[in-house]
Amino acid sequence: MAQFMFVFRLPHDQPPRSPAQLQESLPKWQAWFKELAEQGHLKDPGNPLERGGKVVRGSSKQVTDGPYVEKDLVMGYMLVEARDLEEACEIASGCPRLATQMVVEVRPIIPFNP
Amino acid sequence: MDAFDHLFRHESGRMVAALTRFFGAHNLALAEDVAQDALCRALEVWKIQGTPDNPGAWLMATAKHRALDLLRHAKTAQDLAPEIARAIQDDHDAASTVDELFGAAAIQDDQLRLMFSCCNPRLAEEVRVALVLNILCGFSIAEIAAAFLSREEAIKKRILRGKKVLAGSRRLFELTHRDFSERLSSVHRALYLLFNEGYHGASAEFAVQKELCDEAIRLGALLCENESTAVPATHALLALMCLHAARLPARIDSAGDFTMLLDQDRSRWDARLVAEGQRLMDLSAKGKTLSPYHVEAAIASVHAAAPNSSETPWETVVTLYDTLMQISPSPVVALNRALAIAQRDGPHRGLAEIEHIADHDRLREYPFYSAALGELHLRLGDLDVARDHFADAMRLARNATERRLLQRRIAECGNNRFAVINGTSTRLRA
Repeated sequence: MAQFMFVFRLPHDQPPRSPAQLQESLPKWQAWFKELAEQGHLKDPGNPLERGGKVVRGSSKQVTDGPYVEKDLVMGYMLVEARDLEEACEIASGCPRLATQMVVEVRPIIPFNP
Repeated sequence: MDAFDHLFRHESGRMVAALTRFFGAHNLALAEDVAQDALCRALEVWKIQGTPDNPGAWLMATAKHRALDLLRHAKTAQDLAPEIARAIQDDHDAASTVDELFGAAAIQDDQLRLMFSCCNPRLAEEVRVALVLNILCGFSIAEIAAAFLSREEAIKKRILRGKKVLAGSRRLFELTHRDFSERLSSVHRALYLLFNEGYHGASAEFAVQKELCDEAIRLGALLCENESTAVPATHALLALMCLHAARLPARIDSAGDFTMLLDQDRSRWDARLVAEGQRLMDLSAKGKTLSPYHVEAAIASVHAAAPNSSETPWETVVTLYDTLMQISPSPVVALNRALAIAQRDGPHRGLAEIEHIADHDRLREYPFYSAALGELHLRLGDLDVARDHFADAMRLARNATERRLLQRRIAECGNNRFAVINGTSTRLRA
């Protein structure tokens, strides 16, 4: 089994979703997480991230507000176990928000033991 | 209804009410942002951790924390609602003041005050209804437009206009204000309009309209829970809404077809809502004022007690419409009265009454005016005349459900000639 990090991204200029739309999407996500856990794919469900924080950069260790991205903002992540990259992508295709602009980045984790 | 049904929408309204009290009505937009943020956080956290045992409390605590965060920014603090700013200055323990503000009882009052603020007489009635739906019921502009079958742009304009007026005052309406009674009537009217929008628009295609009826009933129940707003007219209005909502399962069938009151299968009426309506009717029978809601509820109650249209005491219904014409005359009430007379004395008398409706020109754009003329002529066997009236009604019909009903009637005018001549059409006995 190989491990993958799923990085969930959304365009930063998403129109706000209505309370009903937010509530509708909740059971879909919960069902997806449950399914992945039952199938033994869910290594770590991850954590949601605040939209804003700070960015530290440069040798001057300059701290600025951010991240202010031009495009997709990282919303969260999770760790998935799958046979290979192909299976990991198949799993990612079950993400309930793909139809509403969410992008799932599937990144294989480099194993310690070669 | 499950407690989780519409939780996000309803909690949105509760949070905005509490936050508007906290930040002041002039900071309505900020209050809405904080409430929206709490809902987004809930989704993000709950999808991973599961829904907490008390989701409403979780949301409110999240909103409260965010409000306190904002309070720490001096600029926001200075700009708070005057009474809150004072309380927080006097009381060094701002957190306990804030806890009180976000307590269940305070929020209940805040919702009422917000409802009263939305029903400002300076706003047109359709603006008040749109504001209530957006702010207190948590419907988005797109959802309200879908429910009203209007364009989003039009609803957006309405809501922006309303919010400008609402944010023009720093405080929410006080229930002790000297204009309280007048404002309460305005709230009643808004809820009734909201209810009717859902009731008359309800169809299989648009489930959201049934939700409008539910919302009007929910907000009406909220009024009944507060001593100062639970006046007899409030009970009567809620009774009326329950008794009408009880008919919805029989009014619209699973195919989305619309059935008129006279032809409805009353075994499909919601018995729980009928009982609730009757209980509220009893509560409304106090005091000296007879509101139009009392009379309309009484009419609905007579229908609810009768097993079918032929066993309905039409004499009582006509008398109640007479009363309604005295206290709240309108061409639509007069039309309904004429139809009750047709039931009591036959279609000829009904048509004569319709002829006599004062300014019945105002009814010309109302599809059920032409439809009523069509029904009565159909019962008399004047099929060609009936067909013309139904065709007129068809041109004015507001949705597909109404059009399908009228289409069926037009077909009856064409095909039932033999049955009508023999006097055996079911329609003749309706």
